[in-house]
Order: sequence, then structure tokens, then C-alpha cells
Amino acid sequence: MRRGAFVRDLLGRPQGAFGVGWLAVVVACAVVSRFWTPLDPFDTDPYSAWLTPSPAHPFGTDSVGRDIFSYVFAATGTTVVVAVASGVVATVVGVGLAALGSLTARWVRESVAVLIDVLVAFPTLLIAMALAAAFGGSLTVVVVAVGIGYGVSIARVSRSEIRRVARTDYVLAARANGLGTGAVLRRHLLPNVAPVFVVQLSLSMATSVLAEAGLSFLGYGAPADTASWGRLLSDLQKFIGIHPGSVVWPGLAITLTVLALNLLGDAVRDASDPRLRSGRAGRGAAAGPTGRPTGPTGPVTPAAPSRPVAPEVVS
Amino acid sequence: MSLVIDDLTVTIGDRRVVDGVSLHVPDGARVGMIGESGSGKSLTTLAVLGLLPDGARATGSIRLDGRELLGASERELAGLRGRVVGTVFQDPGTTLDPVVTVGRQIAEPLRLHTRIGRRDARARAVAAAAEVGLPEPESVVDLYPHQLSGGQRQRVGIAMALINRPGLVLADEPTTALDVTTQAEVLALFQRLVDERRTSLLFVTHDLAVLSRITDHAAVLSHGRVVESGPVEQLLHRPEHEVTRGLVEATRATTWRAS
Repeated sequence: MRRGAFVRDLLGRPQGAFGVGWLAVVVACAVVSRFWTPLDPFDTDPYSAWLTPSPAHPFGTDSVGRDIFSYVFAATGTTVVVAVASGVVATVVGVGLAALGSLTARWVRESVAVLIDVLVAFPTLLIAMALAAAFGGSLTVVVVAVGIGYGVSIARVSRSEIRRVARTDYVLAARANGLGTGAVLRRHLLPNVAPVFVVQLSLSMATSVLAEAGLSFLGYGAPADTASWGRLLSDLQKFIGIHPGSVVWPGLAITLTVLALNLLGDAVRDASDPRLRSGRAGRGAAAGPTGRPTGPTGPVTPAAPSRPVAPEVVS
Repeated sequence: MSLVIDDLTVTIGDRRVVDGVSLHVPDGARVGMIGESGSGKSLTTLAVLGLLPDGARATGSIRLDGRELLGASERELAGLRGRVVGTVFQDPGTTLDPVVTVGRQIAEPLRLHTRIGRRDARARAVAAAAEVGLPEPESVVDLYPHQLSGGQRQRVGIAMALINRPGLVLADEPTTALDVTTQAEVLALFQRLVDERRTSLLFVTHDLAVLSRITDHAAVLSHGRVVESGPVEQLLHRPEHEVTRGLVEATRATTWRAS
């Protein structure tokens, strides 16, 4: 795939531009917050509790006088680490199980399929809470639980996609050209499964942000000395009746980030499929000297299903 | 390169879908295999490639220049596919990967079987595209299959099958999915390339008219058996078996309708 065309198409889509833009801001905040925050996010000051937003405290302060803006700012690091790490775990688990469940000997792939179905039945949050109960709450627990939980659902969707693509004529043709299983997987199966996979991955990364927030909210996630949007939300919501305005900030941060990840996933899917790619890069360019029209899209396989599996709702 | 298929039987479950087929493609010859759909033509070609579907079992003998292919290791077969044996499939709309550029697909057998760099592979793909008559070969290699017409896609398929200059080409209904005009063009191209390179050709089709244009000898298959074989002229004018007669009738019917 030509990278230039892909990036241009991605940024040309409103969802892609928003997703890339917002996530760039989040990542930039995460990096900067390692070295500098406007105020110390853990610095308490009982005399300045529940200040309303002002130039000194853009988002106001909380019950113990901590600056909410600094706290939200510092917590982006936690979010980025959790999202990226659980994305990596989910990819490894997902692609590994999907390949095992589709390309191996019959008894292996059937057993893996059953295993996947069994694992899918476990709610991710329950896995996380069980792990947290056993090992104590930490970000590692969140990453492992969410990575495995969503890795399994990625595996289920990707497995059936790989099975579908493996039966296509172009895979048979590739094998008739001498490609072995590994080469077929790398060159034809994964690129064709990628659109579905990317959507699933972006969902699982988005959900990991929610899950971290949810688990921290419940007290199983980030330890007290780690800033986290979910923990802040949980702290602030106790006072929602008195100071409803302050809950908005961590809520907004979570919502925008999850939304950005979802939209980015959709945009990447659309941009990575040359048949869906907008722009004038192709159609008709090959008509050339013969003067023959290059014809309609013809019997090409339909585009990947748009939205394979809804995420579990994490509350 | 000669191909000898001897008493090939393919069973799926307890059904014999290919039943004792024998066929000889002498070095540099063009041999046809014809029959209605379901007669076992495609399975015979897949058996030569060692790509029978799961659960299918083949017995008998398939020898390529004297080398036995049935029972050969997967590694050995993979080394032959795309290098010594080129294959052109039926429907170019589905046999090209929709998300890989045409140039990379044409060069794929080359990249796989030879040590060739990305740049050289691209140059070879451009040359191959020009050879099969694709317009603007320099830019066509960067297009995706959906941006080409059916005939152009099949030209890509032919370029891909021939890029390693195989000694034997298997063509499984390569013109069936094309309209009549394009069919004639693609057949002419096929004929020219095979002639130039003295490639042996096994051409599978259900259309006797197509067969008579490109091959000299042919075997008629029905229900997995060879029911009649001989020079195409003879099959066309003095068919003996009723299946052959049926195929001749079908050819006449379409020809009349066309004229």
C-alpha cells in the first residue's frame, strides 16, 4: 500500500482528522506532564477547596483544593499508557489466537475456537476485578485484563474473517504461485483482515480507557498516587449534588478520547481499503491508449462489514 | 516440459469426483481438457498443483518431466508452483487480491522464487505488464484490481502466471468470465505468449469453440472420466461420444445466435 495516499486520505476524512488531532493533543499532554504540570496535581490546600474556574485554576479545584486542570493533565499519561499497552496485548492475543484458530490442523483450530468462545463469555471487568482481588489493584492488572478480554473478542472476529479470506480465489491463486501458509498470512490474509481488525482494535483501546476509568472509579485500578481520570471522576461524583460543574472535566476528557479512538478506527478502516478510498488516484487512469473504459467495480468482493461487534458496555 | 497424468482418481468422502483420468501433455504441446461443469476438470488441475481442497484424496500418478508429484512434499510442490508451473484461473475478478497493487501481484511469484530486490521486481512487473498489453504499464502497476476492467485483470493474471517463465501453464477456464470480444483478445494473447516461449499448456474449458482456437488435442471429461480424446478437429467434426456431441451442439447454438 502506498503510505502517502493512505495518510492523505485518512487526514482528509473529518473523523480521521478529529481522531488524529485529539489523540495528538492527548499524547502531547502525556509527554509534557511527565516533566511539567501547571500546578502539582496532588498538592492539597483546604483553603482553596471548590474554587470555581478562574485563570489560576481553569477547571476549578476539588474537595481538598487540588487543581483539577493539573490533575486531568497529569492523568493523560496514565490513559495513554493503558490504551497503548492494552492495545499491544490485545493485538498479540487477538492475532495469535485468530491465526491458531484458522490456519492450523483441524483439531487445533476447532479447540481454539471453543476456547475463544469460552473466554468471550467472561466479562472483561470481572476478569479485571478477579485479578485485582488476587494481585491488588494496579495498572498492570487493568492492562492485562483488558488486553486479554478484548484480544479474545478481536480473535473471534478476526478468526472468522481469516477463514473467509482463506477460502477466496485470490488466496488459492497465491498458493498456486508457491506461497506457503506464513507468506499467505502475511501478504494476503492480514492485509484483507486489517480493516475489521483495526476497528476492533480501536474499540478495544477506547474501551480500555473506559475500563481503566471504571476500575479506578471502583477502586481496583490506578493506585492512589497515580493520577487517573476514573479516580478523579469517582472522587468528584460524591459531591455531584453540590458541585456538579467539576465532574464535567474528567468526564469530557474520557468521552472525547474514547470518541476520537472510535472515529479514528473507522477512518483508518475506510482509508486502508483501496476500494473505499476517496480521491481520483485511480478509476479511469488505466483506460489509456486502448480507449476502453476501465469498467465498473465489477464482481469485487463487498467491502468489509462496517461494525462487527458492539463493545461490552463498561459502566 | 511434459506432464503425464496417469489413472488419476480423486475421492471426496466416498465420492469419486475424478475417476481414472489419464492425460498426456507432451513437451511444448497445447492440450485441452473440456467438459461440462462438475466433470472434474478443475479438480484435475488442482491435483497437479497439489492444492486439492481439505478432505480430498488423490491416487494414481502425475509426473512432471518424469518427477512424481502425487505424494511429493508440500515444500517440493511449493517450489514448483509459480516457478515451473504457472496457473491462470477463471475469474480475474476474484483471483486478484483487492488490497494489493497490480504490480506487486504480478511480481509476487518472482519475489518468492528468486532473490530480487523491490526495485528490480517492479521493473520486471512493468515489463510483464507491457508484454501482456496492459495500457500505460508504468502507472498501471500502481493501480488496484478494482480499477481495471475484466479483460485487463485477466491480462494481469496471465502476466503473473508467466513471469517466472514456467515450463508448463495450467489455464483453468481463463476466458469464461470475459465477454466475447475480450475473450478473443485474451485468447490471442495467450496463444502468442505460449508460442513464443514454447511453453506446454493444459487448457481447461467448457467451450469447444475456444478450445479449437488454441489447442490441437483435447480430452473430453464427463462425470470424472475421459470419455473421448483426440485432435480437436476430429472432436469438432466427427464426435463419437454423446457428451462430445452435446458440446458441439452447444458450440453451434452459440455461434448461430451470435451470427
